[in-house]
Amino acid sequence: MKIKALTRSASSIQTPGSSVAHQPRNLDPALHPFERAREYTRALNATKLERMFAAPFVAQLGRGHVDGVYSIAKDPESLERFASGSGDGVAKVWDLGSREEIWQTKAHDNVVKGMAWTRDKQLLTCAADKTVKLYDPYNTPSDSAPTTTFFGSGAFTSISHHRHLPSFAVASSVISIYDTSRPSSAPSQTLQWPTTVDTITNCAFNQSETSIIVSAGTDRSLVLYDLRTSSPLHRTVLTLATNSLAWNPVEPFNFAAASEDHNVYLFDMRQMKRALNVLRDHVAAVMDVDFSPTGEELVTASYDRTIRLWNRDRGHSRDIYHTKRMQRVFACAWTPDNDFVLSGSDDGNVRLWRAQASKRQGVKTARQRQQLEYDEELRKRWGHMPEIRRISRHRHIPKNVKKAGEIKKEELMALRRREENERKHSKKGKVKRRAEREKMVLATEQ
Amino acid sequence: MEVSKRSRAPTATLDPEAAAEKKRIVEAQKAYGRGDKIRTKSIKDKKLRANLKRLEHRYQNAALAAKDAEILLENTSGFLEPEGELERTYKVRQDEIAESVGVETAKKGFELKLNELGPYVAEYTRNGRDLLLAGRKGHIATVDWRDGKLGCETQLGETVRDAKWLHNSLHFAVAQKQHVYIYDHNGVEIHKLSKLVEVTGMEFLPYHFLLATVGNPGWLRYTDTSTGQQIFEAPTKLGPPTAFGQNPHNAIVHIGHSNGQVTLWSPNSSTPLVKLLTHRGPVRSLAMDREGRYMVSTGQDLKMSVWDIRTFKEVNKYFTRQPGQSIAISDRNLTAVGWGTQVSIWKGLFDKAIEDVDEQVKVQSPYMAWGGEGKRIERVRWCPFEDVLGVGHDAGFSSIIVPGAGEPNFDALEANPYENKKQRQEGEVKMLLNKIQPEMISLNPDFVGNLDQRSEAQRQNDRDLDAKPEDVVEKLKNRGRGKNSALRRYLRKRGQKNVIDERRLRLEAALKEQNHRENDKMKRQREEYGPALARFARKGG
Repeated sequence: MKIKALTRSASSIQTPGSSVAHQPRNLDPALHPFERAREYTRALNATKLERMFAAPFVAQLGRGHVDGVYSIAKDPESLERFASGSGDGVAKVWDLGSREEIWQTKAHDNVVKGMAWTRDKQLLTCAADKTVKLYDPYNTPSDSAPTTTFFGSGAFTSISHHRHLPSFAVASSVISIYDTSRPSSAPSQTLQWPTTVDTITNCAFNQSETSIIVSAGTDRSLVLYDLRTSSPLHRTVLTLATNSLAWNPVEPFNFAAASEDHNVYLFDMRQMKRALNVLRDHVAAVMDVDFSPTGEELVTASYDRTIRLWNRDRGHSRDIYHTKRMQRVFACAWTPDNDFVLSGSDDGNVRLWRAQASKRQGVKTARQRQQLEYDEELRKRWGHMPEIRRISRHRHIPKNVKKAGEIKKEELMALRRREENERKHSKKGKVKRRAEREKMVLATEQ
Repeated sequence: MEVSKRSRAPTATLDPEAAAEKKRIVEAQKAYGRGDKIRTKSIKDKKLRANLKRLEHRYQNAALAAKDAEILLENTSGFLEPEGELERTYKVRQDEIAESVGVETAKKGFELKLNELGPYVAEYTRNGRDLLLAGRKGHIATVDWRDGKLGCETQLGETVRDAKWLHNSLHFAVAQKQHVYIYDHNGVEIHKLSKLVEVTGMEFLPYHFLLATVGNPGWLRYTDTSTGQQIFEAPTKLGPPTAFGQNPHNAIVHIGHSNGQVTLWSPNSSTPLVKLLTHRGPVRSLAMDREGRYMVSTGQDLKMSVWDIRTFKEVNKYFTRQPGQSIAISDRNLTAVGWGTQVSIWKGLFDKAIEDVDEQVKVQSPYMAWGGEGKRIERVRWCPFEDVLGVGHDAGFSSIIVPGAGEPNFDALEANPYENKKQRQEGEVKMLLNKIQPEMISLNPDFVGNLDQRSEAQRQNDRDLDAKPEDVVEKLKNRGRGKNSALRRYLRKRGQKNVIDERRLRLEAALKEQNHRENDKMKRQREEYGPALARFARKGG
């Protein structure tokens, strides 16, 4: 008779002299019952934990501004410096590490409309007083005079710096290109759509296709220009004016336009007849928009006193940030390290938020990291389950925003109903349905 | 590569390398796959197709990786094999086994002589490290049986009907004369579950932290041992239960009754999910295999029957010389049956790979046998991850070695026989965090996360089981009525005149009654108003 019975020596389990426990695995499904129910429970717990740890607000910076904050400019050469401009003409430079103000000056008499950093870490500010001033915050004390002042013929509304050349574009009723290497000179180029005279409120240099500029005007138009031919390329008229423009840093052809009609439109500059995507959740005009450095996500600041975070290929926001004291938000920016979001609002504070509300900075052990990755994967895998979806989507929204959202929804339904009725009572095919992504485009001109 | 693939004839044989790879995938899918593949080719939606393809690819890779990880398994299972034609495995005695295995293993066979307070029921913890002994006359003891260390020992001075470990070796529940009590590892009573009366059978569902009990009054009760809440109770309505067991695969409990029925229960239904007629007499004991495919039960009718509980068909029926008192199925599907003073161990009563019950072979003789020494068997239990069978009888407890019974390779993150204190503590926290809600107990435990394909109306209906079907007649009757009653209008407009069915009869009767009532009312009003005002009396209103 052949006989063998199971034997395990204790030393095979615990190596003598070692404190590390040996944990053998056996992946036979029979040893792991209820795998789906258990995984679902883990996913549910992971979702709950994520919401429990969601604390988006980090801090406000320094003592803020005396007046509202209307512009924010990131320094492309630095991870921790950025500038903010306020309604009383003061520009401040902040250090993100210490969250303190490191430099300030009274740049203009009234609102600082636009700011930009040059590639040699100097700060450009523009305002309605027809001047653009160049400061050197890194090497001069606070309240020092500008190193250079550029004079223009109209009130300036927006400024944008070229990716690598020492030149910047500034918008008034035309777009003027100045050369920073030739101080106090007249603009080297002026660009404008030949038939329009309205104020241009916004302009932005493409940072990848470096000679392309996009601008938005009070005539509700979006105009694309090319510096190489020094001529406008294309003009699109939307239903309402655009407040802010931001180029996608990773997809050179795409840009976002924050519109007065509560939506953000993502456009492909080659195909302006329709938007790539429409981001709709805000209940008041969107005042500013910025892409994350990965180009995957966006942050928007709105007149409804909230900021929202978006995925570029989803139509609705993934998160909403607000505080009781935050007033109308006029400026926002995504920090270049992809971890934080900045907002500047009417109450004069510059606030720092987490880009992922439940994420924490700091060094993590390998086990912690592994657990976080596993939890994220679980949330993705089970995200469609009703309970998990409900918990992960739940947000506290200010009462007035919620109410406004409900009213807006009702109004939109009424509009749609009216349109449907009109369609129902007119000749077949006469009233055509228009795609949501095309609706806002009124006209395009080459 | 592409070109060579296309140039091959469609009927050409695979080259050996490709064939080997294909075989490897098939084997991996069989052992570690999770069901059939989704056919992605026929899906029209491009995005969905790509997503599902990616998922399927992932599943296949996971199965292959699991198959490859088999190389890391450290132990192989035991065996008992005859070398000649005349040798029979059931003739092998325990002393012969003890001689031919190592000293360490031989020590696992032992005997505890406790002849005064028996018969004893015995239970192992989930990792097989601790043993709980409970004598009928109130003697309770826990033992770390491998080291021979006594954990606690008490005399309760009360009848003990059953005892069960809870989620680890720190707590156990004892069904005593009147109630169920929970003790800690020092033998200190920490809870009295006074709602559980005269309990005869207990099962602990470790992943749900539920203690299922059934007692002489015939009520099945589930108690959540992590919160202390009683979450479900239902009357079995079949008298005192005679057998009780859980299916470790789907946490369904099986109750054997004195009329030969076995009923299957979950805490989500007040009626049994399934009723099986397994015996022609009281069911004495039952057990399910760990993958939840087969049930083996014994009855007073001297039969042991094997059931396929996927299809609910009987596979085979075996004869026992005395009614089987206790039954247990090991991890490697050996079935131990204690009957009278003997224990028989059967091998191959069922084969999980065979789908059709008619193809299952009837086994002619048991694999091993033990006993016949006058000790009446009370309970048999397999020790997890060991080749050891624990037998509780009226003279104490015997641990016998059965080669080939236990799962050789344990998963340390699931149940670890060698865990230290820290691991036990961490494991307890993890278990509590991952506690499965009782709503997820179902005959098919993998239903979680499946798409609900019912219509919204159907779903709503199923949500409220007690809702009565809507009654058209009642609804019409209760409507505020004007002169022209809703009933009359309904009958005129909708009640097809030539079809006389029950509903129409009821409608007409209701209408007639309504008319009668209204006429009465009008008559009363006429009298009340007097002759001058009688003309203002109105129907309805």
